[in-house]
Amino acid sequence: MGTGSGLERLPSGILVTTVEKLANWARKGSLWPATFGLACCAIEMMATGAGRYDLARFGMEVFRASPRQADLMIVAGRVSQKMAPVLRMIYDQMPEPKWVISMGVCATSGGMFNNYAVVQGVDQIVPVDMYVPGCPPRPEMLIDGILKLHEQIKRGEPRTKLVLSGQEG
Amino acid sequence: MTQQSEQRVNQAEDLAVKPGEAFDLPPREAARPVEETERRAQQIIAMGGGDWAEVTARRHAEGDDETMVINMGPQHPSTHGVLRLVLELRGEEVISAQPVVGYLHTGIEKSAEFRPWVQGVTFVTRMDYLSPLFNETAYCLAVEKLLDVGAPPRAQALRVLLMELNRVASHLVWLATTGLELGALSVMLYGFREREEILDILEAVTGLRMNHAWVRPAGVSQDLPDGIEDKIRAFMSDMRGKIDEYETLLTRNPIWLERTKGVGYLTPERLVELGVTGPMLRASGLDFDLRKAEPYCGYEQYDFEVPTATGSDAYARYQVRIAEMRESLKIVEQVLDSLPGGPVMLDDPKIGWPARLALGPDGLGNSPEHVRHIMGESMEALIHHFKMVTGGFKVPAGEVYVSVESPRGELGYHVVSDGGNLPYRVHVRDPSFVNLQAVPDMVTGGLIADVIAALSSVDPVLGGVDR
Amino acid sequence: MSSAEAIQPVLTGLRERFPEAVKEVSGHRGEVTVELRRERLPEVATWLRDHPAARFRHLSDLSGSDYLDREDRLCVDYHLYSFDHNVRLRLKVRVSVEDPHLPSVTSIWPTADWHEREVYDFFGVRFDGHPNLIRILMPEDWRGYPQRKDYPLGGVDVDYIGAHIPPPDTRRYKGGWTST
Repeated sequence: MGTGSGLERLPSGILVTTVEKLANWARKGSLWPATFGLACCAIEMMATGAGRYDLARFGMEVFRASPRQADLMIVAGRVSQKMAPVLRMIYDQMPEPKWVISMGVCATSGGMFNNYAVVQGVDQIVPVDMYVPGCPPRPEMLIDGILKLHEQIKRGEPRTKLVLSGQEG
Repeated sequence: MTQQSEQRVNQAEDLAVKPGEAFDLPPREAARPVEETERRAQQIIAMGGGDWAEVTARRHAEGDDETMVINMGPQHPSTHGVLRLVLELRGEEVISAQPVVGYLHTGIEKSAEFRPWVQGVTFVTRMDYLSPLFNETAYCLAVEKLLDVGAPPRAQALRVLLMELNRVASHLVWLATTGLELGALSVMLYGFREREEILDILEAVTGLRMNHAWVRPAGVSQDLPDGIEDKIRAFMSDMRGKIDEYETLLTRNPIWLERTKGVGYLTPERLVELGVTGPMLRASGLDFDLRKAEPYCGYEQYDFEVPTATGSDAYARYQVRIAEMRESLKIVEQVLDSLPGGPVMLDDPKIGWPARLALGPDGLGNSPEHVRHIMGESMEALIHHFKMVTGGFKVPAGEVYVSVESPRGELGYHVVSDGGNLPYRVHVRDPSFVNLQAVPDMVTGGLIADVIAALSSVDPVLGGVDR
Repeated sequence: MSSAEAIQPVLTGLRERFPEAVKEVSGHRGEVTVELRRERLPEVATWLRDHPAARFRHLSDLSGSDYLDREDRLCVDYHLYSFDHNVRLRLKVRVSVEDPHLPSVTSIWPTADWHEREVYDFFGVRFDGHPNLIRILMPEDWRGYPQRKDYPLGGVDVDYIGAHIPPPDTRRYKGGWTST
């Protein structure tokens, strides 16, 4: 089966663009994260979902335990060598369209743990759409990253598009 | 039929479930042959699960195929982090349970051998990430013991103050996640709501919500800011009422009692054999608490009790942790009432951290007096500051073992120095690592739902288990 | 009774009952360390656990270290605690890399199970008599013993635009800047 919805296979036109915009808006409006909390960042992710920094108001009401029902994977915490195959397996089980936020410096680049045990950046295993730095990032920082991802989804931008100012590709 | 609709029909036929597949339960004689199961098991081993093949092979060798081997985790909402439990089930009854850890191994102990002593604090604080201040304090106490110095009395009192607040925060997370796993979802929200208040206080004092790196060898890095005492006192009176609320909600709740009474029972002798410490041991009647047995940081001057219970099951552990929260608030109040004055970092220029931080117009930074002193007044102070910040102090050769009472049990540090400015070996005796060994004993013979309740009563933090 | 007084009968008893097993008794910063030969380790451990003057029922920690400058590189430390006398003791046993075998104490203190697996995982010490000596924290098919001193820390070079950060084990910390 092809990836994405059947919309992409129909010829483009004004009507389809509006439908596509509607689809993107719907996708970003109820993006359900899969629980992938590993270490300290997981606690901040739980705090983001709790009462004070409520994530539910952005449509992320439930953290689905089963990856087959989720479309966002927030990799929160350091990924060790033993965990890496499990991470990839969970990512593969998620249905398209799916996005990945790498939360915290350990998931982004290995963080302060530049050694044999930690995978130096989860983008070595899965494609990442949004990197949120911090050790751990404050809940507000995580919400900022999520909202930027929402904007990216709403605009229907291609996956993993790097936007870096002042650097040649 | 048009070509398109014919295509659609063919597609539908391809997708149709054929008899004997998926939705039909296959007859027992046509069950999958052993080789097929083994081949699939081999595929799963590639994910790092060697125990799987062992357990399935043993089951097939014994000819008993009434049991089911299930993998719980490592990605699971209820295993308190990346813990993997290989469960062997007969129906709902657990025949054997084998915890597999190591999914969060970070090599912290080896990393600490390549950083100066002060930077070790930032590493160890991320091990048991729910009680970071305990990690830091135990490490700094070990380094101070090797240096044969003591932190100033005000620093000791501040350490106790924040450690007890951290104990309450950690028990709140335990309560929240236990409630979440047993189905009491509102307890989860209450626990995190209270924890936010404590994190506000910790952020005001240390600068960070988690992983503070605030306790340094020979003192702490910053003093209390103005106005924090009133905030802490207001929080304490609020918190006492909230603990009463939790007790009203849970202590005599028939669902809570059904799910936790009798679950995860272990005798005191077995707990001691397994090396279990902390609330699990105190819930079996043994009142062993390192704050009373081997006081550190001035705990002997505070008046508090060590709560125990006699049930030695998940409910007794709940009672002990709730009571510990109350005792911690008592200690916090006593610390605030008797806080001594003085410096918070040892005045020795060769050991004490040189930075004197102060709040200026552009934020927190080195205080202008300190900068004036090292730049204009004393060359020696400048040299000490430079040497301390770049290389760090040297610690005399030797080894020590220091332990503190963390919310999970005895947190011990075995630190070896070879006389240099880098640690030679830092080994951490993490309480969750040892307490998790009790899980197979606790869950064997019980139901699978009790596995969750028993595991959450152990309160493991996988960062400490895997280090 | 202070801990210094409480430990004396233990040390005297050890020297009387196991004179050939005790290599050295030392103290540092108020802690007592007894270095043993590995042959009599189970008997010494049982005696320490059961004798009324000792009663070291709690094995706090079993940690390994690697001392590169010695013949017997690998060192295993047993940290014991007695509830009854409120006293701590450290046992030390050294083995070489060529013959890294030690008797297991899991039959005496069952808590040693995972600790010994960890020391095997990181240092390669084989504990004879252990019920299930497999790797615990590293993946099962990992080669090498990571916390030995000759095993590299294993990091990556970090390149920024205009800067390069070398891996931690190649930096110039070692030796330090202080002359104290």
